[in-house]
This record gives sequence, C-alpha cells and structure tokens, in this order.
Amino acid sequence: MSGISRRRFLAASVAGCAATTLAGPKKALASGTFSGYPDGMGVLVDLTRCVGCRSCEAACNKEQKLPAPGRPFDDMSVFDETFHGGKQKRRPDENAYTVVNRYNPEGGAPVYRKVQCNHCNEPACLSSCFVNAYTKTPEGAVIYNSKVCVGCRTCMVACPYQVPAYSYSSSLDPVIKKCIFCYDTRLKKGLPPACVEICPQEALTFGKRKELIKIGHQRIETHPGRYVERLYGEKELGGTSWMYLAPVAFDQVGFDPSPGNEPIINNVKDFLGTVPMVLAIWPAMFTGFHLLAKKHKGHDEHEHDAEQQHGEEGEEQ
Amino acid sequence: MKSLISWGVKPVDSHVNGKTDKPWTFKQKLFLGLTPGQYLGQALRNPFNWILGIIFAIGLPLIAYRYFFGLGAVTHASNDYPWGLFLGFGLFVMVPLSASGFLLGTAVEIFGRHDFEPIERLALLNGLLGYFFAVVYLLIDLGQPWRLPYPMFVSFGPAAVLFLVAWHVATYLSVQVAEVSVSFFEWVGWLGGKRFIRRIAIGLTVAGIILSTLHQGALGALFNYAPGKVHPLWYSSFQWIHFFCSAIPAGLCMVIVVSTIIKKTMAWRCDSNFSDNLDRCTLGLAKGASMGLITYLAIKLIAIAHDNEWGYLATGWGAWFLLEMAVGVVLPIILFAYAIRHEAVKVARLGAMITVAGIALNRLNTALIAFNWQLYQEIPHVFEAIIALTIFAIYIVVYRFLLYRLPILYSWKALPEEALAAKAVRPAPVRTTTSPAGAMYRKID
Repeated sequence: MSGISRRRFLAASVAGCAATTLAGPKKALASGTFSGYPDGMGVLVDLTRCVGCRSCEAACNKEQKLPAPGRPFDDMSVFDETFHGGKQKRRPDENAYTVVNRYNPEGGAPVYRKVQCNHCNEPACLSSCFVNAYTKTPEGAVIYNSKVCVGCRTCMVACPYQVPAYSYSSSLDPVIKKCIFCYDTRLKKGLPPACVEICPQEALTFGKRKELIKIGHQRIETHPGRYVERLYGEKELGGTSWMYLAPVAFDQVGFDPSPGNEPIINNVKDFLGTVPMVLAIWPAMFTGFHLLAKKHKGHDEHEHDAEQQHGEEGEEQ
Repeated sequence: MKSLISWGVKPVDSHVNGKTDKPWTFKQKLFLGLTPGQYLGQALRNPFNWILGIIFAIGLPLIAYRYFFGLGAVTHASNDYPWGLFLGFGLFVMVPLSASGFLLGTAVEIFGRHDFEPIERLALLNGLLGYFFAVVYLLIDLGQPWRLPYPMFVSFGPAAVLFLVAWHVATYLSVQVAEVSVSFFEWVGWLGGKRFIRRIAIGLTVAGIILSTLHQGALGALFNYAPGKVHPLWYSSFQWIHFFCSAIPAGLCMVIVVSTIIKKTMAWRCDSNFSDNLDRCTLGLAKGASMGLITYLAIKLIAIAHDNEWGYLATGWGAWFLLEMAVGVVLPIILFAYAIRHEAVKVARLGAMITVAGIALNRLNTALIAFNWQLYQEIPHVFEAIIALTIFAIYIVVYRFLLYRLPILYSWKALPEEALAAKAVRPAPVRTTTSPAGAMYRKID
C-alpha cells in the first residue's frame, strides 16, 4: 500500500514536471511592449483633403488583382449603402481591401473616410494567431501567410478595427483577405502602395512613420481650426502605421473615440502570465491535497485491518 | 430493452454468459448479448431512434453540403461575426459542461471522496465525450479543418491564447481517453491495461486539473481580445476566472442532468451500486454546484464593481444580464439550498437543469448575443442550427452506445482470480466449474 502511494506520488510529480517543462517555455513570451520598427513606413490620411472619388478603391482592386466590383468605381451611390438596418456602412471584405465611406457630421460638409488595415505596431491579429500566420515586417506592413492558416478566424474577432475578412464562399482554400500595404509588389521595393500613388488630392501621404507623426502635428498647428487636435493612430491601441487627421470629432466619422492606448495583447497578458504559475504550482498543490486527504484514512476501496493501517501511517510520517 | 429484460434476457455484464457458462464473443458483447434480431427489434421499437433518424436524414447531407460549398453556404458567419453557432454552442458551451471529468476525478482520486465513486465513471465519460464533440464542432467550423494539427506540428504561435487552448484540449483529450479506458479494458478483458492506468491515476488526475484550469480559463481569455466588441457586462479583465469558475457548477450539473436522463431511460443498465447511490450522489454534487454558483455570483458582482458598470444595468442589455443572473445563477442557488436542506432530490435535479441552461446562455451571450453589441445582431442560418443539432444527436448516440456497453453504470463482474490464473495456464475456453457462478464473482479493484 505505502509502496503504491509512493509510486503514485512520484508518477504525479514526474507528470507535473514533464507538463511544466514541455509547456512552460512555449507560453512565457508575453512581456514587453513593442512600439514599432524604427524605420517602419506609414501613411497619413488627411480626411479634410479626401473628396470621395474612390480612385484608391479602383487602384487597390487592380493592384491586388481582385474581382471586378458589383458597381463600378465611379458610381457614387455606394456612399448611400447601409447594411443591417442602417447600422453599418461598407467595410473591407474579400473582394475589396479598402473602401471609402461618407459621413455627414452635424452641421458640416460631408467627410469621406478611407478604411483599410491600419497596420498596427502590435497587431491584435498577429498576437491572437495560433499558427503565427501574421508578420509585422520591418517596413511596417502586417502581412499574412495563407499557407499555414487553419481558418479559426480569431484574428477577425481580435482586430479592433474589424478589418480582416474571410473568403467564406471557398470550400477548399478559404483564407483571410486584408490589405497588406502592397507589401509584395511595392512596399518591399520602397514604393508607396497603389492607393497612395493614385490619390489625386494628396489626401494620403506615404513616409516613415516617425516623420508622418511630425507632419501630422505640424498640419494641426499651422491650420488652427481645420483639424481636431488628435492624430488618430499615433498612440491608439499601441499605435498604427496608418494614421488619421480629421476635421470633426473622430466618433462622428466612424472611429472608436476611446479605444485606449494599450495594444490588444495587453488584455491577455495577465492570463498568459498565470499559465506557467498554474503549471508549476498545481502539481505540488494537488498532490499535497491528496496526501493530506488520505492521511488517517484507508485510501483504497478495500478494508484494511488495523495492523496494516498502523504500518501505513508509520511509513508516511 | 425493458421488455426484453422482462422476458428474461440479461444484458452483458461479465465475460461469461451466465446461462451457457461460455465466454461472450466480441460480437455478442457488441450486441449486449442479444441476437442481432433482438437488438434490431429493440432499436426500432424505441421512438427516440426514429427522431434521431429524421435528424440524421436531414443533417448529414447538410454536413456534406458544408464541405462541398464552404462555410458561407450553411452559416451566417460573417466578417463581423466570425464565430457562429458551431463555436458559440459547440465549443464554448460543450467545454464547460464537460468539466465533470476533472471535477469528479479530483473529488475521488485527490480528495479521497470515495462516496462519489458510483458516479465517477459517468463524469469521466461525460467529460471525454464533451471535449471530443467540441473538437468535432471545431472540425465543422474551421475553414481548413485538415490543418487542425498545424499549431502542434507545422507553425507555432505560442503567444496566442488559442495556441494554449489547442494544446491543452489535445493533451486533456488524451488524458481523458486514458481515464475512461479503464472501463474499456474491463470490457475487453485486458487487465494489464487497467492496472497500468490505475497506477498512474493520480498523475492523470493532477494533469487533468492543470489542463482544465488553463483551457477553461483560456476560452474566457479569448474574449479579452475583443474588449470593444463584447458588451461590458459580459466582459471582464478577469474573464478567464469567470469562465473557469462557472465551469465548475456547469460540469457538476451536467452529470446530474445526464444521470437523471439515465435513471429515466436506461435503468436496466444501472446496477444497484449506481441506482442506490444516485440520490445521495446527486445531493452531494448539488452541494458542490451551489458553492460554485455562489462564488460565481460573487465574482460577477465584483467584476461589475471593479469596472464600475452599474450604469449598464439600467439599460436593455442590463435587464438581459440580470435575467441571465437571476434565472441561471440565483434561482438554482435557491433550489439547491432547498433541495439540500430537505433532501429533495427532484428539486436538485431541476436546479441542475436550470444551471446547465444558465451557463449555456452565458456562453451564447458572450460569444454571439452580446458580441458586437454596438453593431447589429446576427441570427444563425437555419442550416447552421440543423448541423449543430445533428452533431449533438451524434453525440447522444455515441454517448448511449458507450453507456449500453462499457461498465460505466454497472460494475463489471470479473472472474475469480483463480479462474483467471487457470485461464492463463489453460488457454482453452474456460468453463467455470464453481457454482453458483454469481456468488463467486466480485468486483476486481
């Protein structure tokens, strides 16, 4: 009896240690914050300059070889489209990596806002992906490897900007579809993305992210009254490569006005931090409970005679 | 089945056919000792099988349809609602209801509460099947299910919560297979395997506690990725503790619910050790569940206070939240208190059913209903609901298949050791010379 219990204890300890060593190192990566690659590129979107011509949508469609749109790119009636009972405007999907929406702020001229992946410094999609399909490149782009994607769609749940889309219609090779900053065809070679290049209004400015931050603040300073004093994306959710200047409060043009400055991964760091603790502490704790619970009690289902029990207690003390 | 027993048919519960003194063959064991004709007859007489048949007739082609035409053809899963009913129900509801395995394992093996032993095997099986079918739901929902082993072998995203879920569910499934295999080894008569598992039982159980703590919690932590999307009342920075804590009453109550159904529909398969102890065990489980529920209620209130969300309680969402709490948590606490005080087992069973529904509602609220609360409400596609129901029906069929056969609800009557030894010496089919046979059989353990 005592032999078995010792063996069981050892087995439990070994199992626990094995679990700790096997699983421990994999999880302990949740530390530090990353504020972007020093020479990462970005785009400054100036909503005061955008006139809603949709040429960026057309350029993106051509560059990324996406299917022809349902309505042509010069059809401005798409700005009146709403979905789900008027609660939602157009959003990027598997056929369009960027869309422009029109907002009508109270008592002002319409404001057009371009939506695409903002290429976060600490992307939620990247940190939530369990097969590491996403990469934040030193150039600033958040790119995606469809070869390893399992299709769990956690990145879509995690993205605070609701950007990644999924090709639900495909049965054999459904993948995530999102803006990749024209990484393969342009950014890698130092060229601006197609949408920036085509923009006739210079509403989109391509450059190093740290330069764009300066430019953004300069514009706010040199044109008092033209902008609200906020460079959206400079700090929001850990910062993004694409940043916005707007003439009206950001919640009036479809932004979350207070997403906080913490990147999404900080929300799960507490939990990830407890994982090695549980792995390390639980085996000893519960094996200890087991030993405490069985002391002075016959453990097995069988009845023991007094002598055996006496011997067992003696052994354990 | 009941009528067959009244005619004197005795379902297999040992290696040896009591009437002919011959060992059962594997095929006979599969047919429960009935002739194929008898077996088919009892299956066809059961109206529930006809309902299952109808579900399969509609649902199985739909599952094939999903694989040929993609998720878009059968679900309303969209770019805003990436997770629909398959994960909302199949993963987030099935997993907490399957916490029973590690809970009863802990009670019996770790804390030495051997008075729960009659129901331990049922709890272990309930855990195993719940997890297994959560994975089946996952295989329906994943865009590329054939890549399910990728996080294990191909590409690693170790800092992701889902990575943890994947690894822990996979490891825990193997732990549970090992735990339940004891019954299987008894059934096929391989005692070496059984002895081996008994020897590592403590290790398995402790591994089960670790893995359960972490992945029950991790399912909650998944929603910490979406702070702006889940309604604040269902979101907390301590989400993982909420999910883990509520899994405790959920798992215990699921055992009560399943055992109640068994008592009503499968009494012939239960031996006296199970049926005579069921009421006592039910009240014991109810005690555990009520403590879990009270703790859960407390941490829910703490979460509201911590994030100062009292204002939301006055809104429509707040009313829905309060309803979930009142019906799914407070009402069962009251019912359990009454049941334990008055030893009213039926009240405890009612409380357990409500708890299971309440926790299921909580998970559906978090994953679907209060998700994207500022956007719009997604209604699952009718095909999606039918497929979810079909998988659940397969779960019931597998559950019943195993309960009919493996010694879960009854004790396997083993041969006396002498006979076993004799069997080892003489490999020829053994005729037990001792009589009356039943008196000599005892539970080996």
